Formats: sequence, structure tokens, C-alpha cells
Amino acid sequence: MSGTVLVFVEHAGGEPDRLSLEALGFARALASKVDAKVDAVLLGSASEGVAEMLGPFGVGLAHVAINPRLDDYAPAAWAAAIRANVAARSPIAVVVAGSDRGNEVLAHVAARAGLPMAANVIEVRPGDSWRLVRQRWAGSLLEDAALDAPIRLMSVAPHTVAVDPATAGTAPAPTISRFEPELEPGDLVARVVGREARKSGGVSLGDAKVVVGGGRGVGSAAGFERLEELAAQLGGAVGGSRVVTSLGWRPHADQIGQTGLRIAPDLYIACGISGAIQHIVGCKAAKRILAINTDPESPIMAVADYAVIGDLSTVVPAITAEIRSRGLSHS
Amino acid sequence: MNILVCVKRVPQTGGRIVLTADGQAIDTRFLGHTISPHEECGVEEAVRIVEKEGGTSAVLTLGPAEAEDQLRDAMAIGIERAILLETQGGEWDPVSTAGAIAETIEAQEAANGRFDLILFGNEAADTGDYQVGVRVAVALGRPVINGIKEISFGDDRRVAFARREAPGGGWETYELPLPAILGVKEGLNLPRYPSVPGRLRAKKKDVERIALGSSPSGAQGLGAGEDAAYAASPVPGPTKLGLRLPAEERTAADVIGRGPEAAPAVVDLLERIGVLSK
Ligand SMILES: Cc1cc2nc3c(=O)[nH]c(=O)nc-3n(C[C@H](O)[C@H](O)[C@H](O)COP(=O)(O)OP(=O)(O)OC[C@H]3O[C@@H](n4cnc5c(N)ncnc54)[C@H](O)[C@@H]3O)c2cc1C
Ligand SMILES: Nc1ncnc2c1ncn2[C@@H]1O[C@H](COP(=O)(O)O)[C@@H](O)[C@H]1O
Repeated sequence: MSGTVLVFVEHAGGEPDRLSLEALGFARALASKVDAKVDAVLLGSASEGVAEMLGPFGVGLAHVAINPRLDDYAPAAWAAAIRANVAARSPIAVVVAGSDRGNEVLAHVAARAGLPMAANVIEVRPGDSWRLVRQRWAGSLLEDAALDAPIRLMSVAPHTVAVDPATAGTAPAPTISRFEPELEPGDLVARVVGREARKSGGVSLGDAKVVVGGGRGVGSAAGFERLEELAAQLGGAVGGSRVVTSLGWRPHADQIGQTGLRIAPDLYIACGISGAIQHIVGCKAAKRILAINTDPESPIMAVADYAVIGDLSTVVPAITAEIRSRGLSHS
Repeated sequence: MNILVCVKRVPQTGGRIVLTADGQAIDTRFLGHTISPHEECGVEEAVRIVEKEGGTSAVLTLGPAEAEDQLRDAMAIGIERAILLETQGGEWDPVSTAGAIAETIEAQEAANGRFDLILFGNEAADTGDYQVGVRVAVALGRPVINGIKEISFGDDRRVAFARREAPGGGWETYELPLPAILGVKEGLNLPRYPSVPGRLRAKKKDVERIALGSSPSGAQGLGAGEDAAYAASPVPGPTKLGLRLPAEERTAADVIGRGPEAAPAVVDLLERIGVLSK
């Protein structure tokens, strides 16, 4: 088929985003099937420096729009810039990361260009009709689909592609091509106008190596004190199911699952959580799962590596007491 | 403030998804249905805004006749008006869905006046297409931002301030002139439970029904794409061919103990995997 696959590369602090590197891996696999090249498009003042790092990831040509008006996130403006590049280059496909921003910007590109878009794709087979596999229900279900359009717009489901450089560190830096997209005033209406930094203190749920999760079985907001104590001993954070955030026992920011956070700790301890599929999609990336549940038949047992059958209100305090009596601390 | 919320009826799946024999849909014979969670928060927010600011609220869905249940759920917590774009079963792709919704909004606004704010979910729980709200906004020429977890208004009620989580933590604020469109996420608020009188009131209310064809009618409501060279009219898709369950990687849990007596075995495990040490 030949042609180019255009990848939108997000970046922050002078580094390409991890999910965009995954998108490059996806694009490279696609390009090799149809004998196409991989081009990147980057936006904002810092884009040239980031573009120069993309050689090992298979990028031969990087299009950069070094316009300070594209520094702050503005989905319509970012989409206008990408579309200007698409219009000039006619790639066979545009690939972005399945991040909040990636999906949002691609939706704008799709709407403006009158093209279909497939979100959270994990596999693609180009042909007369392009066939793809994409995630539904945050990955608890897969859809086989056809995408028939002159330019195929796809976002790549997070954490489904490894970030491997195509070549060892010696690959040449990509050729840089500057472009200047025309922006309409309307494109800059929805843009970031204020920022608040993350409150520091404590390990965040997203970064924690150990997460202690609580569900309906915890029984009350006060019941979470036991989980807090265990999490503190393990240097971890506390999270929960949708039931506990809907009941107001925990803030929504603590919710793990399809409509909450997706975590990937070394250890997840699921206490009084049944293991509904929407919860599991948020924690299945954990290296190990330990379930504490009164019900040996609960679905969490099919996902957990280890289990304790019992009432968490006595099991969890017994564990914290045992840790104290052995004088252990987290690594 | 006049507000419209677009919601989608989705199955309330639990421990394991079961597909129909033809692999085209989730087997819902033993399942209830619900409004997609992000949109539930959109419904609650619309009710709260109208309680505070005055104005009217409406809810719209595109779906089968049974989606009336979800419209009544929304009316039970205080939404005033409901519109059902009734399909003849089968799934509509996101381009066609957005086209039909945009067309309906234009007709509704011509008859009843402008919606100052239209709320969508960030993504539908089932298909997760991440695009219907943006497509409608582009068709209507209105500003839109997704991922919103907090909404407030300027003093003159001409702008909305919307906040969402920033990549890597913290918050970003957007300021949008009204009329505007927001895609919201769960966490925006804690939706209330409908009261019994609320349910009774909702039962008696009218639902405005608009019949749609047996298959997506294309995407007329969206108008032609701006890039005429690529698409004379919007290309629908993606087209679903079938559904399947992902391969299971894990096997049954290793039961390391029962009750509080299991504590030493748990702590042994924590030491063994390097979480705890002396
Ligand atoms: C579209 C959609 C999106 C959703 N998104 C999410 C999401 O992001 N995150 C999420 O978590 N859920 C989500 N859900 C909800 C999900 O389907 C489940 O309802 C929810 O995860 C169940 O929470 P739970 O396990 O705490 O409660 P339950 O299912 O009620 O389970 C409670 C468990 O606790 C056990 N138990 C009870 N008492 C004790 C005790 N004393 N000691 C030990 N064990 C005990 C019981 O055996 C049971 O297994 C979503 C649902 C839908 C429809
Ligand atoms: N059939 C539908 N009826 C009404 N609103 C819908 C429908 N499908 C999607 N939406 C709205 O568009 C949002 C994004 O959907 P999607 O692009 O399918 O992920 C959803 O959260 C809903 O608010």
C-alpha cells in the first residue's frame, strides 16, 4: 500500500509521553504490514527537541508546529493543527494515544474531517477493508470492527503495546519539518486558563506500589480505618469500589475501575470487593492480587492470585497486629 | 439556565459478561439496565444547576423503546422533559448517533429556545467511542471540553468554568462562553436516589418520541465534513462485526488461609514478595 502513518505525539517537560511511544509502536507494526513510513506530528514550543528523540522509535520525518498558542491544551486548536498536516500529507492512517487528550483531539479531527474514528484499538489488519479489534467496557469486552475510510483515525488502547525502540540507540534523528497551521479564533475558545498543582503528601493511588482496596464488605466509612492502617504499614494507598464512593464512604478520587482510576501496583489487596468486571478492569494490571472475602464463590477469586476466606473486620486487624509483632516495615 | 443531558441506556453487567449466541450483543436476559455512570452525574448536575439558577432541564436518549425507563429514571430525580429518539433495535455507530442527536437539538431549540448548556458523558460505558459529544458540538459550532469533574458559572451567567484533572495530577480550568457543551465524568457529584414521590411524578410525565429508521439514516445532521476533498458527507463507522471476551490470563486464587488465623501466612507472603522486611 505504502504511504505514511501519521502519529500525534504528546509531550510534557521535554519528553514524549509514554502512551504516545506505545502509539508509535502500534503505528510501526501497522506501517510494516503495508510498507508505509511512520511520520510524527508534534505541537508547541518544545516540540522540536522532543521530535529529535523519536528516531529510535521508528520516526523518519517529524512535523512540528512551533506555535506558542499551541503550548496550552486547546483540543480544537490542536485538532486544527493536526488536520492541516493531514490535509497536506494525506496519510493512510492517523494514530494517537488512547489518553484523555488523544481521544479528545482525535474526535475533533474526525468531526471536522467528516471521518469515522475508532477509539482504543488494540489490533489492526489493513486490507481492502481495514479490520480492527477495539476495547469496549474499558477492555472487559472486545469488538471486531471494520473501518472503511480514506484516512483511518485510531487511538491505541493504553498499555496494550510495549514501548520498545525500533532500533538500538543509534538511529538517526528524524528529519524535522516545520509547519504553521492557521488557527481560527474559535479554535482557541476552549483552552486551559488555569492550573492547580497536585496536592503533595502521601503516596498517590496512581503511583502506589501497594494498594489496599475496600468494597461494600468494609461496611462503613469508619471501617476504612483498618485499611488505612494496613496501607500505612505497607507504604501504600487506599482505594475502593464504586459502591463505596457512591455511598460516600470514600471520595470519588479513590475509585478504582472503569469509571475511576486504572492502577498497576505490585500488590493489590481487595477487601470485601466482589470483583465485578468494571472493578477488575481497573486493577487487573496489578502484578499480584490478594483477596480477603467471606464468600469463596465471589468472582474476585477467579482473578486473585491469593485469597483469605474470612471477615475482613477481623482478618485485617489480625494482619496489622502480626506485622507489628514481627517488627516489620515496608521496603 | 436551560440544560440538556444526553444519556445512553447500557446493561448493568456484573461479574462476567455473557454474549448472545450470535456474538453480536451482551446477553441481557438476566441483567438490568442503567444510565451510563458519567451521564448519571450529568443528570444530577443538570437538576442541581436548575434548582440553583432557575431554568429548565431536559434529557435525551437515542435507543430502543425500553430506553424510556432511563428517561423516567432521570425525570424521577427532577429532570423536567424527556425526548426519546427511538431506534428499531440494533446498534448505531457514533457518527450516525451524533448526526441524529445534532439534528434533534436543532429542532428542539427552534421550537423551545436555546440550551445554554448541553451535557454528555465523557464516554459511553458500553461502546466507549469517545466522540459523540464532540461531533455534536462541532456540528452545532459550540465550544466543548471533555473530562469535566466540576462546573460553575461566571457572575453574569455568560460563561461556564469547568475543571478537569490534568495529566500527571492536579487540575486544569477551562472558561467557555455559553452556549457550550461539556463531557462530564463520574465524580462530578454524588447522584441522589429518586424519592418515591419523584418516581410517581416521573411515571405520569410525557416522553416525546421521535421514530428513527430501522438503520442509521447516515449522518445528515452533521453536515458535510469541512475537508470536501476527503468526505463529501461524513463517513459513518466504525462498523461492528462482532463481540468477544478477552482471553483470561489468571487462574483460581491460591487460598492461603481462613479467618484471622490466616494472618501469619499473609505476612509470610508479604515478606516473600518483598513488600515487608525487618
Ligand atoms: C457502567 C458501569 C461502570 C462501573 N464502574 C465501576 C468502577 O469504576 N469501579 C467499581 O468498583 N465498580 C464499577 N461499577 C460497579 C460494579 O458493577 C459493582 O457494582 C461494584 O464494583 C461492586 O462493588 P463491591 O465489590 O464493593 O460490592 P459488592 O458487589 O456488593 O460486593 C461486596 C463483597 O464483599 C464481600 N463481603 C461482605 N461482607 C464482608 C466482610 N465482612 N468481610 C469480607 N468480605 C465481605 C461479599 O462477599 C462481596 O463479595 C460500574 C458499573 C457499571 C454498570
Ligand atoms: N445513543 C445515545 N443516546 C444519547 N446519548 C448518547 C448516545 N450515545 C452516546 N451518547 C452520549 O455521548 C457520550 C459519548 O459517547 P461515545 O462517543 O459513544 O463514547 C455519552 O456519554 C452520551 O452522553
